[in-house]
Amino acid sequence: MTKLLKSGAFAADPFVSVADDAVLPDGDIIVSLARFQKERESLLARNAPLGVRLQSSQSPELLGDDVNRLSLVVLEFPKFRDGRAFSWARMLRTRLGFTGEIRAVGDFLFDQVNYQHRVGFDAWEVPDNFTIAQFQKALGEISNVYQPSADGRKTIRDLRASR
Amino acid sequence: MYRYDEFDAKFVAERVEQFRGQVARRLSGELTEDQFKPLRLMNGLYLQLHAYMLRIAVPYGTLSSRQMRKLAHIARRYDKGFGHFTTRTNLQFNWIKLVDVPDILAELASVEMHCIQTSGNCIRNVTADQFAGATPEEIEDPRPLSEIIRQWSSLHPEFVFLARKFKIAVGATPHDRAALQFHDMAVDIVKNEQGRVGYKVIAGGGMGRTPYIAHVMSEFVEREDILAYLEAVLRVYNQDSRRDNIHKQRIKILINAIGPEEMRRRVAREFDEIKRTGSLQLPQAELDRIAAYFAPPAFEALPDAMPLLDSKNGGDRAFENWKKTNVHKHRAPGYAIATISLKAIGQVPGDASADQMDAIADLMDKYSVGEIRVSHEQNLVLPHVKQKDLPAIFARLQAIDLATPNAGLITDIIACPGLDYCDLANARSIPVAQRIAKKFADLDRQHDIGELKIKISGCINACGHHHAGHIGILGVDKKGVEFYQLQLGGSGAEDASIGDIMGPGFGEHEIAGAVERVVNVYLKERKTGERFLDTYRRIGMAKFKEAAYEQVPA
Repeated sequence: MTKLLKSGAFAADPFVSVADDAVLPDGDIIVSLARFQKERESLLARNAPLGVRLQSSQSPELLGDDVNRLSLVVLEFPKFRDGRAFSWARMLRTRLGFTGEIRAVGDFLFDQVNYQHRVGFDAWEVPDNFTIAQFQKALGEISNVYQPSADGRKTIRDLRASR
Repeated sequence: MYRYDEFDAKFVAERVEQFRGQVARRLSGELTEDQFKPLRLMNGLYLQLHAYMLRIAVPYGTLSSRQMRKLAHIARRYDKGFGHFTTRTNLQFNWIKLVDVPDILAELASVEMHCIQTSGNCIRNVTADQFAGATPEEIEDPRPLSEIIRQWSSLHPEFVFLARKFKIAVGATPHDRAALQFHDMAVDIVKNEQGRVGYKVIAGGGMGRTPYIAHVMSEFVEREDILAYLEAVLRVYNQDSRRDNIHKQRIKILINAIGPEEMRRRVAREFDEIKRTGSLQLPQAELDRIAAYFAPPAFEALPDAMPLLDSKNGGDRAFENWKKTNVHKHRAPGYAIATISLKAIGQVPGDASADQMDAIADLMDKYSVGEIRVSHEQNLVLPHVKQKDLPAIFARLQAIDLATPNAGLITDIIACPGLDYCDLANARSIPVAQRIAKKFADLDRQHDIGELKIKISGCINACGHHHAGHIGILGVDKKGVEFYQLQLGGSGAEDASIGDIMGPGFGEHEIAGAVERVVNVYLKERKTGERFLDTYRRIGMAKFKEAAYEQVPA
């Protein structure tokens, strides 16, 4: 089983993941990119938050201008070695200006959470035994960063300049 | 040399503790080997045939004497008393215990060293010309930019789980000593028509089973934009590379699949956007701040001791021979660059014992402002020595068996660790290198043959750079027996080319003889001033092939 970690705390997940051939329920839903592209108009016309789930080979640019009408983009890690979603999250935040939730799902390691956080993820589907203490440890293991990313943190160069 | 400030020191110290935790999780069984593997690889730790191997980063090949002594200490205390300098200018220890690794990393951190990103599918340790800051040929010292790239790439959150490894080199001279065109990406420091210094960026070179020469991505990137440009190339690679076949996931495959023109278009789009956001701009002040660490030492005003460099001085033939191959022209009058060959005849290419490392550290302090360089050809270089000290340096090197006068000659062989250590290898490399070196041990003959680069890999992954050898040798496994294929005409220098495969392989006991017959063809066919490579390029494969196979039973 998994649970949702969002903005630094465990949270109830208001979204329901809907299979491509299932009837749409009421309320907040997540659909695949294929279903979104097929049923775009009716999905956007629903009066409830909408999320789209992208496979690691699918660029967020495939969402076109609709991206900012979404509440949630789910990025899949099919295996932890597949690091494409790090760039997709960065693109969502920086190029596409997406301010909704970016959620990591699938096979990723504790040791990747900090990198995910840096490139713009703010929600994680984690195993039931995962703790907030672990999450905070993951984010805090390395205090400073050398390069700018989507998190807007001051870099070591900034810190040097303000000494 | 670069010195860590409090931020660098804290970063490396925290990385040590992070890895200590990862090792503890592995030892307790919380992490499976499969889960631990990418974590240990990101920190230079391989599981080899007999033990763990730890690869220590030597950024752009520069070491201080304090660091060299620490490496000697680690070799003695945690390994079997020696280390191996690699073609990526790093240092490997081959007999390491997992439980010791966190302590070794802490020892390294105490001398401003680490193993960060010396393996794994991330941006690897950046390499540069081993003559940086010393050669009169260069436009500027490539190490400040290399250090800036090192910092930018350290735990870059977007690029630590790339499709495959990613190697970057930096050069600044017309004569390429860093094999730029065989790197995933390389920066060549250039001057444009207005005399402004900037960066030519190439990408998509590589060896392995599919060798390619790099394509030009941009002829001229302005100084302040270089990190933005490098990030753009990496982002396109991370997004668009295949992930379905490990043999087709290097950037060279992507660029050659979509074409260099399309690659340049995709990179340009990312580059424009990164520039627009402005966050990766490299201010001149930052470049100046880093460059100050690499300011040349205060050279004494000395006359060029030209007799020392150019003529038979006093008749010490051994010294003259060493000088001829191992000493190069320095930017300052009265100074020289001295190469310490790690290719003594019959020894393992690139190996140095702990005692030798300590002795070298003493030489560094006494004669070369406490500094040394590692070259991708697996030798060491004293960058700033006084010409008048050369005889004393040579005498000391003789005493520690490091005075082999063969830099650039046929016995200065690059070889990967091969099947003696590596679990990827199909064949042994080291004994073949030793056998060839012994065959050509006669120094007069070596000098007669002149520049001839032999490079040996024990498998198709090409860590021994066989594709770029004037004579390349590839070890293959044929039904449990080691065979060695010859390739001719490769070059890793500015005239880069990929060697041509000659034909079926030679047995372990035939290969050195075949190399000798190939060299004899060159000696017979060469025109005045031609290197082996030039003669091969002029006359082609046929005569070499005929000679190579003539004594091999069908």
